[in-house]
Amino acid sequence: MSLELNEVTLTYPDGDGRLTALDRVSLDVPGGTLAAVVGPSGSGKSSLLAVAATLIRPDSGTVAVDGVRVEGAAPARLAELRRRRIGIVFQQPNLLASLTAAEQLQVMAQIDGRPPRKARPRALELLEAVGLADLADRRPHRLSGGQRQRVNIARALMNDPAVLLVDEPTSALDHERGAAVIDLIARLTREQGTATVLVTHDRGHLDAADQVAEVLDGRLTAPATTG
Amino acid sequence: MFVAWRDLGFAKGRFALIGAVIVLITLLVGMLSGLTAGLARENVSAVTGLPADLIAFDRAEGDGGPSFSDSAVTEGQWREWARAPGVQSAEPLGITTTKAETGDGASAAVSVFGVRPGGGLGPVPGGSGDDSAVLSEGAAEDLGAGEGDTVTVAGRELAVVGVGGDASFSHTPVVWTSLGAWQGIAPPSGPGVPSDGTSGTNGTGGGGDGGGTATVIAVTTDGSTDGGTGTDAALADTDEKAGTTTVAKADSLAAIGSYTSENGSLQLMRGFLFAISALVIGAFFTVWTIQRGPDVAVLKALGASTGALLRDALGQALVLLVGGTAAGTAAAAALGAAVSGSDVPFVLTPGTVLAPAAVMVALGALGAALSVRRITSVDPLTALGSAR
Ligand SMILES: Nc1ncnc2c1ncn2[C@@H]1O[C@H](COP(=O)(O)OP(=O)(O)OP(=O)(O)O)[C@@H](O)[C@H]1O
Ligand SMILES: [Mg+2]
Repeated sequence: MSLELNEVTLTYPDGDGRLTALDRVSLDVPGGTLAAVVGPSGSGKSSLLAVAATLIRPDSGTVAVDGVRVEGAAPARLAELRRRRIGIVFQQPNLLASLTAAEQLQVMAQIDGRPPRKARPRALELLEAVGLADLADRRPHRLSGGQRQRVNIARALMNDPAVLLVDEPTSALDHERGAAVIDLIARLTREQGTATVLVTHDRGHLDAADQVAEVLDGRLTAPATTG
Repeated sequence: MFVAWRDLGFAKGRFALIGAVIVLITLLVGMLSGLTAGLARENVSAVTGLPADLIAFDRAEGDGGPSFSDSAVTEGQWREWARAPGVQSAEPLGITTTKAETGDGASAAVSVFGVRPGGGLGPVPGGSGDDSAVLSEGAAEDLGAGEGDTVTVAGRELAVVGVGGDASFSHTPVVWTSLGAWQGIAPPSGPGVPSDGTSGTNGTGGGGDGGGTATVIAVTTDGSTDGGTGTDAALADTDEKAGTTTVAKADSLAAIGSYTSENGSLQLMRGFLFAISALVIGAFFTVWTIQRGPDVAVLKALGASTGALLRDALGQALVLLVGGTAAGTAAAAALGAAVSGSDVPFVLTPGTVLAPAAVMVALGALGAALSVRRITSVDPLTALGSAR
C-alpha cells in the first residue's frame, strides 16, 4: 500500500500560454503513513490531490497507486482504480441527500458491483469507528457538519483503499471539531494501513502527520519529518 | 438502482407531479385511441367486412385519388375484372347514402349497399326478389323495423327479409339490397356512365342476371397474384384494360371522404399528444439530471462507471414511465368499458389501449435517454472543490 508521484508536471491553459500548477513534483507515501501537504492558496495543493486521485492526467511524470501505474489507463480502468484502491475525503462532505448515513457507505459496495445489503455490517462497523453508531439511519439534513464530515471519512474507507486522499477536511468546522477530525484520520491511517495525503491550511494539524510537504508555486520542498 | 430508488422516494413530490402528468396524458391518448377506432368502425366497417381483397374504382379523372362518392363502374368494367387472370371473383357493389323510412314514420339516414343476391358480397340471399332488403342491426334499431316489415328507401319500398351484422358506412348503418333495387334508388352518374340513362336498364339491360352498373367492384384474388397490394403486374394490366383504379381493401378506406378527414385530425391530435409527452418527460429529466449533476460528479469521483450511472438514471425514468403509463392505461380502459354500452363510439381492444401505451413508454424513454445523456459529460473533478 503506497502512493508514489514521480516528477509530475501539470499545466493548465492560461490565455495564450500555460500555467504550471505542478512543477516536477515527487512524493512517496508508504502505507500507514500520514503525509500532510501545506502551502498558500493557489500553490497547487488541490491539483496535487486531483492528480493522485486520477481525476486529472499530468502532462508528464508518473503516478503509481498501490503499485498500479496510472498513465495511459482508460477512463473505465481509472474509475475501477478509484473505487477499489483510492478513498477520497472531500472538502465538502458531498453526501447524497436521499441516503441514510449507512447507505452513504453501502453505495461504495454497490459501485463496486457488490450487493449493498451485504455491505451493511461493514458500514455499521466503520460508522462506529468514526463515532456515529447511533446515527446510521439518519439522512444528511439531520446530521451536524462535523457528523457529516465523519460520514465522509467513513465512506472513503468503505472499500479498504490503499490510498486515502483528504482535501481540507476541516474548512467547514470549528477548531475543536477540526482537531478531532484530524486525529480520527491519523488513527484510521494507522489502523487501516492506508497511504494518506492530507491537504490542509492549518499548521496546527501538522503534529499528527508523519511527513510534511510544503507546496510553493507548484514546487514541493523536500519533506521534513516531524516527530 | 440503489441511489435511483431512494431518490424516487426522497423527491416524492417532484416525481409524483411528473407521474401524474404521464398518467393524464396516457389517459387522454387512450381515450382518443378508443374514440378514433370507434369512429373509424362506424365509418368503414361495411367496407372492411367485405369478403374481398381489392376494390376497383372507376379511373378518377381528377387528381384526388379514388373516391366512393365519385366512382361509377359499368358492366363492361365488371366483366373485364371477372375474367381477368388471378381473379377468383369480382362482384359489383353499389353504395349510396340516403334516407330510409318505415310505415310508422320512423326515419334514419342509412347507407344502401346494392349487391347481386346470392353473389356472396352481402347477406342478401340468392333467389330473393329485387325489392328485398337485409338490415344491419344498427339500421333495424334506428328504424324500429325487423324481418317482415317494409322500409321505404328513397321512395322505393323494400321488404325486409333479414336482420344481421353491424356493418356501418360513413357513420350510417347499412341496408343491404339487390343491385337492381339500388340502381333504382341511386342512379349512378359517374364519368364512366353513358348519359343515356343506364339506370333505366337496371337488371335487364345488363344481361338479365342482376349485374350492371355499380359504384365499385369488389375483387377477390385467387392467391396466385400479389393480392392485397394491387401492385401485381397482371392486376395493373386488368386495371388498364378495364379503365379502373384498383387499391387494396385497407387502402380503399381513404376513399371514404369522412374517414380521411376525421381519422386524419384524430391521428394528428394523437401524434401531438405523443410529442408533448416526450417533450415534457424530456424536459423533466433534463432539469432533474442537471440538479443531480453534483451528486453524479461525486459518484464518478468515488469510482462509479458512467455506464452504470446512465443505466440507473434510465431505469429510474422507466419505472416512472411504466408505472404512470400503466395507471393511465388502466384508467382509460375502465372509462372505455364504462362508456362502451352507450352511444359513444369507443372500441376497447388491446390495439387501441396497449399500443398507445407502448408508444408512450417508447417515446418517453427516448426523451429521458436524450436528457440523461448529459451524465456522460459531468466532470468528477468538480466534486473536489469547495463550491457545491
Ligand atoms: N481548472 C483550472 N484551470 C486553470 N487554472 C487552474 C485550474 N485549477 C487550478 N488552476 C490554477 O492552478 C494553480 C493551483 O491551483 P490549486 O487549486 O491546485 O491551488 P491550491 O493550492 O489548492 O489553492 P487553495 O489553497 O486556494 O485551494 C492556481 O494558480 C490556480 O489558479
Ligand atoms: Mg485547493
